[in-house]
Amino acid sequence: MNASTTERWDEFMEGIWRQNPLFVMVLGLCPALAVTVSAVNALSMGLATTFVLTCSCVLVSLLRKLIPKEVRIATYIVIIATFVTVVDYLIQAISLALYDALGAFIQLIVVNCIILGRAEAHASKNPLLPTLINALGMSAGFTLGLFALGAVREILGAGTFFGIALFGADFQPWVVMVLPPGGFFVLGAWLLIFAAIARRKNARPLSSPAQGVR
Amino acid sequence: MHESAAQIFINAFLANNFVLAMFLGLCPFIGVSGKLETAVPMGVASTFVMLVASLCAFGINILLAHLGLEFLRLIAYIVIIASTVQLVEMVLKKYSPGLFRALGIYLPLITTNCAVLGVALFQTAREYDFVQSITFAVGAGAGFTLALVLMASVRERLTLSDVPAVAQGTALSLMLAGILSLAFMGFAGLGG
Repeated sequence: MNASTTERWDEFMEGIWRQNPLFVMVLGLCPALAVTVSAVNALSMGLATTFVLTCSCVLVSLLRKLIPKEVRIATYIVIIATFVTVVDYLIQAISLALYDALGAFIQLIVVNCIILGRAEAHASKNPLLPTLINALGMSAGFTLGLFALGAVREILGAGTFFGIALFGADFQPWVVMVLPPGGFFVLGAWLLIFAAIARRKNARPLSSPAQGVR
Repeated sequence: MHESAAQIFINAFLANNFVLAMFLGLCPFIGVSGKLETAVPMGVASTFVMLVASLCAFGINILLAHLGLEFLRLIAYIVIIASTVQLVEMVLKKYSPGLFRALGIYLPLITTNCAVLGVALFQTAREYDFVQSITFAVGAGAGFTLALVLMASVRERLTLSDVPAVAQGTALSLMLAGILSLAFMGFAGLGG
């Protein structure tokens, strides 16, 4: 049975919207809050995670019939750790400034629950193509989420966006936003917005039943 | 690095609290902090894993540096942590089945607790010696437990209060964590 393009698109969008790893499943919080002090950092972290997530899921999917069930988690972790080591050295080679800004959090991608969760819940049961699409969707969702956090924190906390000053010289930066508490507040605010949208969506079929069919 | 043991401890415990200032170990922090009675054992179990992982990481690091295999460091660390967690799981299952059930899925998830790997990675990056590493691990574990207990106490009281429906759940926990984190910023500079 061949999945049509629409279904594949659906699978991809699943990770971006309905199952967004950051805003709906609330996974991978540590990197999400720790490195999102600026939009650039957030985007780089998102791309690094995308690389690790996609490569690991593809490999897990290809090896899924070879890996014994009893040691699967250990195997997944080692696969993930390998790709993280690759990414770690890659970032160090490309930009030392970025490497210093992200610090230990590049290596901490290993323990990002999203990656292990995807490997266990999806890649270990599905063939290559669906796995790839799902992994790409999830990564895109995570990267977008990080970017949403990083952009808000950078604009409010430093008055800049990708390093470009947005407001005049009179702007008084809201410094707490780039400090640890700001991370919690901004993510909390985003979750509030998503919860409000979800509630309105759930309430709608009652008032106008015609929209109940997706 | 000439930090004294006391400075390292205070830094990891309060001033740079692992959860509230460095964002490590947030998954269990949000997940297990609903009740005080599970928060304490979770903190103690994590501290134990941190201590063992820190000891092993110290040895492994010397070994790998000696062999010139530093690129295997991350893989070696994660394997050690996974085995330690397995050990804690077996011990708890045998001696305290009730606690084992209460912690549930969060017990094996200590493996993916960034705080544990964080301890191992930071002590390597900062080139701590043996005593410093142990102090750092204990301080980090104590800080993690403290944050977990504080959060659990606040959330226990909140179960009785009237919270708007939109804000219930994770969003509220995050806002609370933000306020706790603000409070912990007051400790800045304490570690010198």
